[in-house]
Formats: sequence, structure tokens, C-alpha cells
Amino acid sequence: MSLETEAGSRDAVAELLLSVADDEFVIGFWDSEWTGIAPMLEEDVATSSIAQDEIGHARALYELLATLTDDDADRIAFGRDSAAYRHAALLEHARGDWAFSVARRWLYETADAVRLSALARSRWEPLANLASKMRREETYHRMHADAWLRRLADGPRDVRARLAGSLVRLWPDAQEVFAPLAGEEELVRHGVLPDPMAALHATWQAEVRAILAPIVDGLAPAQPSADGRERRTDDFRWLHGEFTLVARSEAGATW
Amino acid sequence: MVSVAAGQTREQRIWGALAEIPDPEIPAISLVELGVIGEVRVDDAGRLAHIQLLPTFIGCPAIDVMRRQITERLTELEVAERIEVEVSFAMPWTSERISPSGRERLRLSGFAPPVMTDIQDLEELAVLPIAECPFCGSRSTTLDNPFGPTLCRAIYHCTSCRQPFEQFKRI
Repeated sequence: MSLETEAGSRDAVAELLLSVADDEFVIGFWDSEWTGIAPMLEEDVATSSIAQDEIGHARALYELLATLTDDDADRIAFGRDSAAYRHAALLEHARGDWAFSVARRWLYETADAVRLSALARSRWEPLANLASKMRREETYHRMHADAWLRRLADGPRDVRARLAGSLVRLWPDAQEVFAPLAGEEELVRHGVLPDPMAALHATWQAEVRAILAPIVDGLAPAQPSADGRERRTDDFRWLHGEFTLVARSEAGATW
Repeated sequence: MVSVAAGQTREQRIWGALAEIPDPEIPAISLVELGVIGEVRVDDAGRLAHIQLLPTFIGCPAIDVMRRQITERLTELEVAERIEVEVSFAMPWTSERISPSGRERLRLSGFAPPVMTDIQDLEELAVLPIAECPFCGSRSTTLDNPFGPTLCRAIYHCTSCRQPFEQFKRI
């Protein structure tokens, strides 16, 4: 397929790239909020390092998108109105307490791993290459998120309750990582996205339900929704104001 | 200045020059030893030199510095009219790309080189192997933090000589 000549395909690929890039970008900025105030020094370093990885992944994806749409990666990252971002509802919430951040990161890492394993098989080579490289780095993130989930789940009653409460609260929004994309049928038909989002969602849910069963009593049935990547909140509008501050204060400035 | 022996091809001159550019974060090792140079292509007329740069980690902030250093050095060398540095993921950088001399230089400057194994299975990557202490050679070491001061480093502690040390991460 030729993405450059088929406008419909190009728009669909752009939508896919933007959804993954915005997820990585926004969770990277939320994580960076912990720099200096994580529960311990090692965690300061780890969270900051993971945040840097995620923002780096977002940059590479924005650059790929910019090549496709003849745009500029910095413009896409910092020049959009808050309503134009396409991250999943899971990433709308402010960082909350440590248990909330651990719960969100674990839900996101598990979902991202399922999505990346599909993207690594994309028939569009630039995306498959980047996704394969991302998977290696994300393996460390997943390992870290697993370790924290176990640590809090095995903790005292208050810690377990905070973790379980956060998982229950985030559960509906976590489904939205797999919200249907505009042009998804086209992406699947061309093999850019090897499996539909609904199939990836089913894989993910089966995996995480089994792990969470001993930690949380009865997670409600939940499915992704059509507007799962379009719900903006005051939490995100605040973060958007923070991460665009430098770009807005000196329009067109270069480093 | 780079000394160029007579009879060297343009590619050889480029590889020679790149072998003298230090990694911006760990200057003991060169870009070639680190394995971040993928392909080097230059046409016979010397119009365009194309250098493929393979990031160790996607978000590595040193990439921009490397790109600038490569462009400056090759421009200075007058090896081609135009120098093009392409950041590429077509061939993923893995820790196996660090050369034997690069591994030795890492060790001499206090970094444990990544443990050598061919990683095909990502599950295997998550099982962090023991690192060898670069100071006393002991394998009696513990992982303090899989994340360190830069994206590519993990922090270990040696229980024999009681030194903390960093390992270039296996990826």
C-alpha cells in the first residue's frame, strides 16, 4: 500500500500514530510530576527515567507522523489546543497518591504491551521497526510496574485498600486505551494494525483480570467507548498548561 | 585532525573519523565501539555521505549531540559535499552491538558492560542477570535499581568490595 498517495489511509494511520504518541506523551508528563517527591530516592530515579523513555517514544512517533503529514513534531507536541489531544481517558487523571500512580501505570503498561506486540507486526515497516524497539524498553517498565503492584498488594491493610480503590476507580477508563479509532477498518485491511482494537482489548482484559482477581473483588464488566479518547478534564487542561508553557512563552523559539 | 593514509576509500576514512568521536555520556568509548553507527554510504564522486545512527534508547538525549558531532567531524574531513545523518530504527540497537574493545573500555572506566546473551525473547530480557563488578571482578553483586542516571544505565552494588557501580543496561 502507498500511504503517501492514499489520503484515506494516511488519515487513518495519522489517527493511530497520534493515539499512541499522545498516550506516551501524557503519561510521561504525569510521571515527571513525581521527580523529586517519589517515596524513595531509587523511585525518583526510576520514575524520572521511565518518564523520559515515554516522552522519547512520543517524540519518535510524532516525528513519524510529521513525515507522513508534512508537519512539525514540536508543533504537534506543543502547538495543539488541549481538546485536540487523543490520549485515552485513563491518562486524564492527575497523578493522585502513590497507589493511584502505581495502579494507573500498571494498567497502562499491560495495555501498552498488548498494543505494541500488535504494532510490531504492522505491515507498515517504519511503525513495525519503532514498535519493536519500544517493546525492548517497555519490558523494563512492565517489570517495574509488576514489582510495585505486588509490593502494594502484599502491603498492610491501608496500602492494599488504596491500591484496590485506585484500580476500581481507573478500571472503566483503562478500557479506553482500546477505544475504536477512526479509519480502523482500513488500518486492519491494510495490515497497518494487524488486529482490531476489540481483539486486542479482549486479550488484555483476559490477562489482567486473572492477575487482579486476588487483589480486587469483582471488577465490573467494562468495554471501550466511542469517545474514549476525546474526554478532556480540568486535570488534563492544567497539565497541558504546564507542558506548553515554554513553547507558548516564546513562539517559534528554537533550542 | 584525522590522519588519512593514502589509498583509503571514502568509507574507510569515515569509519576512521567516527571511531575517534567519543560517546557524549560515556566519553571513554567511541561511537563505533558503542555500535550506534549502522550503515555508512558515500558515492564515488563524494557528493553525499549517508550515516545511519542507531539510538541505544529511543529517548536518548545524546542523539542530537552525536548527530552534530558526526556532521562537524565529517565536514572538517571534507569527505563529501554533503553529510546526512539519519536516526534509524530499521536495525534495532541491542547491547550485543558494543564491540569487545568497547566492553573493555566500559569496564576500565567503572561501568559493567552488559551481560552477553542473544536476546530473542523479551521475557528473557526481564530476568536481569548478575553483573560483574568492574572494580574487583566479583559476581557477588545485587541490583539496586534497573533505572539509573541515564536511560541506558542500571545501578548495582558489589557485596565483595562494597562499591556501588553502574551497568550499561542489557537491551
